Amino acid sequence: MTLKQYFKDIFTGVKSLATGMRVTGGYFLRHHKEKITEQYPDNRDKLVLAERFRGEVVMTHDDNNEHACTGCTACELACPNGTIKIITKFDMTPEGKKKKALDTFIYHLELCTMCNLCVEACPTSAITMAPTFEHSVFDRSQLIKKLNKPGSKIREGVE
Amino acid sequence: MSFEALANWIHNWLYETLHPTVALLVEFAIVGVLIIGLFAVLGLVLVMMERKVSSWMQLRLGPNRIGPWGWFQTVADTVKLIVKEGMTPNNVDKLLFNLAPMLVIVVSMVIMAPIMFAKGIQIWDINIGVLFVAAVSSLSIIGVLMAGWASNNKYSLLGAMRSGAQIVSYELSAGLSILVIVVLTGSLKMSDIVMAQADGWWLFKGHVPAIIAFVIFIIAATAETNRAPFDLAEAESELTAGFHTEYSGMKFALFFLAEYVNIFVVCAIGATLFLGGWMPFHIGSWEGFNHVMDYIPSSVWFFGKTFLLIFVIMWFRWTFPRLRIDQLLSLEWKYLLPISMFNILLVTIIALAGWHF
Repeated sequence: MTLKQYFKDIFTGVKSLATGMRVTGGYFLRHHKEKITEQYPDNRDKLVLAERFRGEVVMTHDDNNEHACTGCTACELACPNGTIKIITKFDMTPEGKKKKALDTFIYHLELCTMCNLCVEACPTSAITMAPTFEHSVFDRSQLIKKLNKPGSKIREGVE
Repeated sequence: MSFEALANWIHNWLYETLHPTVALLVEFAIVGVLIIGLFAVLGLVLVMMERKVSSWMQLRLGPNRIGPWGWFQTVADTVKLIVKEGMTPNNVDKLLFNLAPMLVIVVSMVIMAPIMFAKGIQIWDINIGVLFVAAVSSLSIIGVLMAGWASNNKYSLLGAMRSGAQIVSYELSAGLSILVIVVLTGSLKMSDIVMAQADGWWLFKGHVPAIIAFVIFIIAATAETNRAPFDLAEAESELTAGFHTEYSGMKFALFFLAEYVNIFVVCAIGATLFLGGWMPFHIGSWEGFNHVMDYIPSSVWFFGKTFLLIFVIMWFRWTFPRLRIDQLLSLEWKYLLPISMFNILLVTIIALAGWHF
């Protein structure tokens, strides 16, 4: 190490330390204006979560109580830990043909790791991730959910 | 009435009414109680200050549940630590294990002796004040090593050995930067050092060497008190809690308290040496300004300067990442020590030639 390099090291070292201290000192001075802490139980009503937050799998239903699930079981195959179980039935089309349709979409929240693979696998975008996180219950059986609402049926035109 | 007058009044009253030996013993007791009280207050205030400073530097809120804006959080913490069981694990060296926290806290109490808290308020104005501080402060490492060895735990021992290597190294540059002020003042006595700064603090009067010495002193003080970025003795991500891994309850609290009191002590020494102790801030011949500054009590000046330095050290902690052990030692032996040796040569020339103000 040359003498020039030695003094250069000292200078750059001090300069980079001062840069760091300027950042934290700036935060210290304006801490009352920009807080990043979420006061969670207090601000529960107006809590804003990130758009990509993955809390649980839900099936989207429109106003006519119709969903987009064809019962193709792509999500069930995509799930790495057997969280989803799809029970299918056969509907009769007006032409008198038999058509495969969704009967029950069973979702085990207690097994889910929120990996998003089922949502990506879905060809009709029937399921999505909801930004909810208050999942605690007193009994494990309450975590087994049926995602399609009672009486719902597949939307017209979704194949 | 100033603190000095009050202290003198108590002193005279005791010696008039009591036998001198008894009066001395009563004074010992009063000083002991005051120091323990100061320790308790420092523990509460500094831990709270650390938590608030850290949270504000990270744009967090910090403790905010107990009391107004969470100011009583440390009181609750202290109560918790007192109530907790002070465990002694099975295979430890029981004598050393229980002695170590006491030794550490006693060392921090002893260093309080030559510190001037305000005008005329000093426990013991010995003529080797600065040397006394430098000598006694290096004893606390024995307590740390004792705790690390007695715990019978590899993390504790590693933490203690790192702390030993660190303090042995950084004592050197701390001592050399103290020596700069001793050379300028020509005395080791704390009161002389403070009186020499009546017309200006050494940081401003001592030209470049005093500023370099001040920076090196602050770095060495951070290292000697085992604080981040030099907190290798604890290094919670590597050694759980370093030398006090096995401690709980009040024994842990004593280590914790000693850490914060040591910060106060080194900052008080730094404030006394470089920032003029209890001396008010004076600018040359601005009579009016100097007169206004004299109205602020000397204890406010001393504690203000000390807490400013404590804030700077906390600022370091919440900004810089921890050094590796080899980086730590190379910083000391390759940078700080050569610079402080050159610095002491420079200051000797300045002092001999009388170039300082």
